Amino acid sequence: MRPMPALLMALCALMLASLTVGAAHVDLRDIFSDPQAMLVLLESRVPRTVAVALTGAALSVAGVLIQALVRNRFVGPDTAGTAEGAALGLLAITILLPSSPLWLRMIAASLSAMATTWLFLTVIRRLPVREVMLIPIAGLVLSGVLGSVVTFIGWQTDLMQYVGVWLMSGEFSGVIAGRYELLWVAAVAAGLAWFAADRFAILGLGDQVATGLGLSTASVMRLGLAVVSVVTAMVVTTVGMIPFVGLVVPNLVARIMGDNLRASLPVVALSGAVLVMACDLIGRLVIYPYEVPAGMILGIFGALLFLWLLHRRPAHG
Amino acid sequence: MIQISNLGHKIGGAQILHDITTSFPKGKLTALIGPNGAGKSTLLRLVGRLDPLQQGEITVAGHDVSRTPTEELARVMAILGQQTAIASRLRLSELVAFGRWPHHQGRPGADDRAKVAQALDAFALTPLANRFLDEVSGGQAQRAHIAMAFAQDTDWLLLDEPLNNLDMSHARALMARLRDLIDTQGRSVGLVVHEINYAAAWADHVIAMKDGRIMAEGFADDVLTEAVLSDLYDAPIAVGRHQGRPLVLHHA
Repeated sequence: MRPMPALLMALCALMLASLTVGAAHVDLRDIFSDPQAMLVLLESRVPRTVAVALTGAALSVAGVLIQALVRNRFVGPDTAGTAEGAALGLLAITILLPSSPLWLRMIAASLSAMATTWLFLTVIRRLPVREVMLIPIAGLVLSGVLGSVVTFIGWQTDLMQYVGVWLMSGEFSGVIAGRYELLWVAAVAAGLAWFAADRFAILGLGDQVATGLGLSTASVMRLGLAVVSVVTAMVVTTVGMIPFVGLVVPNLVARIMGDNLRASLPVVALSGAVLVMACDLIGRLVIYPYEVPAGMILGIFGALLFLWLLHRRPAHG
Repeated sequence: MIQISNLGHKIGGAQILHDITTSFPKGKLTALIGPNGAGKSTLLRLVGRLDPLQQGEITVAGHDVSRTPTEELARVMAILGQQTAIASRLRLSELVAFGRWPHHQGRPGADDRAKVAQALDAFALTPLANRFLDEVSGGQAQRAHIAMAFAQDTDWLLLDEPLNNLDMSHARALMARLRDLIDTQGRSVGLVVHEINYAAAWADHVIAMKDGRIMAEGFADDVLTEAVLSDLYDAPIAVGRHQGRPLVLHHA
């Protein structure tokens, strides 16, 4: 079975569908004669479609990386304290420097996400290796604690509206041209990870094997941490956190293709794009012409997929 | 050769190794023996830079382990620690291929592929090459890890209890393979082994450890005696001979 061509075709079909679905009617055959249709397409539909695909791809790759870093399959960027860290950084810079430019906010969000993810890595290093389920639980607890801190500060400073956008179920209805381009940064960061794919795969084999093969585990950890944090920070700031993608897509692909990341990362990225694209489309169609957030659809499908994965392979971490 | 001088090591306040000075001779099979908790694995892990040195000095073929870059050491020695449960889902062929990584850093050539095929073949893994690591038996996974260390193709090969999970025929095949590396290619091997008769049958040099100290070292014939072993394991042990090598019996 060749997964790449099938996934590419599925993604193209979904993207085409995404271009035509929406409150305003756009017929792709008339765009050159109808300036209104062209405007909707270029300002709203294309940006949204691209944003959805980039988000799904980048988050899935980030999921693979965080799973290799912690050597546990039941962790994703949404359950490792990363998203809450990004929100915390955004909140801090919004309060301290309200007029700060966008790039500065992005840096603050990324650095803060890095700090909380590093905290997670430090916490789990002390956990017994054999207790596979302790790691995701620690991640959930840390995410919960950080989330409450963010919420508390949000209440105190009257910024709950922002916090809701960042951390509640993410959605793409606000995406228009000029307001999603940061996701390209996430995609580039995820793309960079592919060049170090072998290193992440070796890291996944454990410290002993990695050291024996002459890999500097600390520098690979730093690279992984940076990519996961940048991807998550960009997604959180632009569309809000999308749950479950970074958790289930790496698991599904690993079941079929294994952990040879050089071969599997492109498939992971495409699968993530397809999954989020499909969920966004469903969200736009179920109560057409209104919308349900893609994050909510993913919450339902993702939870079901995750339960199925848990049920299928309880013995392996 | 591997030179170890004044090596001390503590884990959580407990002194695991006390001022150890010894060497692994080049071109020989060196076996580390001793009761549980003697510090054999710790010693091997320190030589293989899996744990940082606390006190003392180790050189492998002239490379100071604490100062030589880790990627350079990976081309001088291969080390295989005791395997813990690994969640990674690699095909056996992909795992063994990573043994070549220190040499090509991600761009394997024809030579690398040939060595991987050779290593798979040497451990009877070719029929399993496409199976996933989490779908084979413990012994098969162990053989795949050993094959990866073989594929690394270094002058020094260090193995921590490589016979774990292996049945008698695969254990014997591994020892014969190690012997062949030493006798025909001039490689050197150090291993921790619990089943003492494997040391008796195949090792040139034996280091007997107890409570973090070296109790005896030298030719297998000189170390594997009733007096040394009974003292080492605090139990009466008989030593006979079989085909010109010592044969250690626990039911004395």
